[in-house]
Amino acid sequence: MLVKEPPTEKIPDLIGASVPRLDAYEKVTGAAVFTDDLQFGPGLLHARIKRSPHPHALIKSIDVSKARALPGVKAVVTGEDFPGFIGLYLKDRYIFARDRVRYVGEAIAGVAAISEAVAEKAVDLIEIEYELLEPVLDPEFGASPEAPLLHPDLGSYEVVPFIFPKPGTNISNHFKIRKGDADSAWSTCAAIVEHKYRIPHVQHVPIEPHVAIAKVDEQGKVTLWSSSQSPFAQRNLIAKSLGISQSDMRVIAPYVGGGFGCKAGVSMEALAVAIALKAKGRPVKLLLTREEEFYTAFVRQGLVIKLKIGCDAEGKLLAMENTMYWDGGASTEYGVNITRAGGYSSSGPYEIPHVKTDSMCVYTNHPVGGAMRGFGMPELHAGLEQCIDELAHEIKLDPVEFRRINCLKTGSTVVTGSKMHPTGLPECIDRVAEAIHWGHKAPPSSPTKRRGKGIALMWKAPAMPPNPGSSAVVELNEDGTVTLAVGGQEIGQGTFTVMAQMAAAALGVPMDWMRIAGPVDTQYSPYEWQTVASRLTWSMGNAVVNAARDAREQVLNVVAEAWNERPEDLDIVNGEVVSYKSEETISLKDIVIYGMPKPNASGWIGGPIVGRGNFMPTYVTGLDAETGQGERAVVHYTTGAQAVELEVDLETGKIEILRGAAAFDLGKAINPEMAKAQVEGGFVQGISTALFESMQFKDGIMQNPSFVDYRIATSADAPPRIDSILVEVPQDDGPFGARGVGEHPMVPTIPAIANAIYDAIGVRVGSPPFTAEKVYLALVDAGVVS
Amino acid sequence: MAFHQITLTINGETEIIEVPSNMTLLQMLREKVVLTGTKNGCAAGECGACTVMLNGEPVNSCLVLAVECDGAQITTVEGLAQNNHLSPIQEAIVAHGGVQCGFCTPGVLISAQALLNRNPQPTDHEIRDALVGNLCRCTGYLRIIEAVKEAAKQHAVTV
Repeated sequence: MLVKEPPTEKIPDLIGASVPRLDAYEKVTGAAVFTDDLQFGPGLLHARIKRSPHPHALIKSIDVSKARALPGVKAVVTGEDFPGFIGLYLKDRYIFARDRVRYVGEAIAGVAAISEAVAEKAVDLIEIEYELLEPVLDPEFGASPEAPLLHPDLGSYEVVPFIFPKPGTNISNHFKIRKGDADSAWSTCAAIVEHKYRIPHVQHVPIEPHVAIAKVDEQGKVTLWSSSQSPFAQRNLIAKSLGISQSDMRVIAPYVGGGFGCKAGVSMEALAVAIALKAKGRPVKLLLTREEEFYTAFVRQGLVIKLKIGCDAEGKLLAMENTMYWDGGASTEYGVNITRAGGYSSSGPYEIPHVKTDSMCVYTNHPVGGAMRGFGMPELHAGLEQCIDELAHEIKLDPVEFRRINCLKTGSTVVTGSKMHPTGLPECIDRVAEAIHWGHKAPPSSPTKRRGKGIALMWKAPAMPPNPGSSAVVELNEDGTVTLAVGGQEIGQGTFTVMAQMAAAALGVPMDWMRIAGPVDTQYSPYEWQTVASRLTWSMGNAVVNAARDAREQVLNVVAEAWNERPEDLDIVNGEVVSYKSEETISLKDIVIYGMPKPNASGWIGGPIVGRGNFMPTYVTGLDAETGQGERAVVHYTTGAQAVELEVDLETGKIEILRGAAAFDLGKAINPEMAKAQVEGGFVQGISTALFESMQFKDGIMQNPSFVDYRIATSADAPPRIDSILVEVPQDDGPFGARGVGEHPMVPTIPAIANAIYDAIGVRVGSPPFTAEKVYLALVDAGVVS
Repeated sequence: MAFHQITLTINGETEIIEVPSNMTLLQMLREKVVLTGTKNGCAAGECGACTVMLNGEPVNSCLVLAVECDGAQITTVEGLAQNNHLSPIQEAIVAHGGVQCGFCTPGVLISAQALLNRNPQPTDHEIRDALVGNLCRCTGYLRIIEAVKEAAKQHAVTV
């Protein structure tokens, strides 16, 4: 193939093409390997965990002698064996509890045995004496001086510099915004709305439970196979906690059967490693039961939020006061950063001159809070976007118009003081309003039903340290095909396919030449911080494009030298090197391994082509600890809007979602259909948390740890239609202009539904979930039905 | 624990397997036959990830004892493609983007195939009803439902 035109900066055709998933074939044939599918032979030991039945107690004694004596038991370990702390942002947890337990389900001892049955029997034989302590079961109470201290040693824990624990209290992070003068702005407001919401704990519910297999060799080198979003973070955190070298801690991570944040960082994986250390040479497998999955790994933390928002007579937002008590649970090693994100995003996607925010991470005797899709944003927006809606009605403005007036636009001042980068949020609002036919009300399908529409906006930045890195390697094979190695994980979001698309486009080869080097293995894969924060398309994408361009440059330099041409006159098109000058062509397969001959058999040029690339944001600044103001709080924000149309059944309170519309500004859709699939999936996950989901605790004990009692959305609950609209205002440092969209569709769903319920029945339902029972009782209370 | 020798057909192949009395069909498939396409999501019959066809009917294999399957015909996800050619429902779910993490996919495909076997032209409601026991946390179901409709169309064309 010969191309006459010189290369331009135009985005390649493969970018924006909805190619099929690379992993689809193996996933529909049962061939795709997940962690629990790995075979370890008859030497495999099975681990079970002795867990605390109490939310808060001192451990007076642990007697493992009977468990050790049970035939078939190969190892029994307790906290005494592993004194090191572990944690991502704040090292506040042990692998096994030591002197005290802080939640029901906390690991106290671990057993490895020849079968699960023997391991379970051994766990039952472990005897523990407790001295019960008063538990903290509410974060607002937990933050008060009256609450018992859960972590008296908080002041001595190792912590990253952007988290601010308050030793002597249960507050493990306090993030503040003091922008303008909120206290004196209230007198200038024409309308003020003030509410308190309780957002319940929810569970991620990956269909694949957590599973980890660990093996330790005679030299103490560890191999861990785990269902993980964070193989490199697990390597780093577990190695540090055990005091071994990161290079002696190898993590191999096959496909993840759903993560949504619960498989980020380290949770139960460290247990498997710790037990394996005492069962040297034998692989030890720990597979969580579904009940354990509900409350012993990570949960989405609960939130108590008090909001006060005011605007002037024209509907311009003037002031906000936002106080958040996050129910961080027994350990907040990961959760502290959710509360930071809640703080620096506390205004929602609005320009508000006067803001006072206190976002507090509070220790409680509930399960350990961790990352979950949205990372604090669904919880924050659930209340905030209901208040915005109410304020619009108060000031007699259409809710869409009110949002148009106040939403962040390019150049707006955001709550942390910096200027908003180019954003398509106004377009998202318009397109969603159009898609849902805003302003037109269709009659309900039955006289006993009421129909309504609601809208909500969102914003979210990748929440992470200022400098998380990505890297990639592009290796060319004998036949010209390309093996792309990355350390980010395929958790269903489609990152392997999108990375391959970007590499193919940047290199100039057909998509079907791309292969992914998998599974991710810290011994061979290039470094990636974690598969979280909707950051891979942007961050790992940059590394992949850099690696592909590096390989491309190497190829072009070889060919230029062999042809005695300039590399600038050469290009790689569809797997062939072409010269725009001489019109010569040569296939990649003829040069990428063995190089090219010099003229007159005078030697050779080149060699195996291996491109490398990395990326790390270098421009994020710190924020002032007292005001939360700073030059650049985050790398960027993805913004969007969602709307729903629904019906409320007046006889039962049941909500039926009739249709949804969503628009997100993802900069550039690398694979539009896969991006839309993310939007639909997140939308329905959001519907599920809006209508059904709540972890119900009584005295710290979860009452509903099964799919029968903790209901998630099924095929019967998905709306007939969701319109996904992709808005593309390019990200300046995104690959081809892209930024992430994986988590975002989850964020505005709860308030969009709440606002639609209000539109239908004139009742504000407040805190989710909006179960039929709750809606019906609200209808009775409001006198809509008797 | 008593052991039993059972003879059954799995994806068209006759197998003779020694199983303990308390072993489930799911455990037998994954551990004895090493057909790991069938997934364990809850071991309590609540998520549908372990759905297989037992004599043509979709069942949660975690709720069936292996000894009950003596003489039975079992179809797992590995049995859907013939000679490396994807079945219409497999083709359709790929084409419609109904696969994300892939963990529920084997069970979804079996439930969908069982539906199409007994009702080749299902309505939207019948499709949702047939899949209601297969929990999926990634896709939001819409693309799966579209895929089943597409496979039914293909079926109509071939018949």
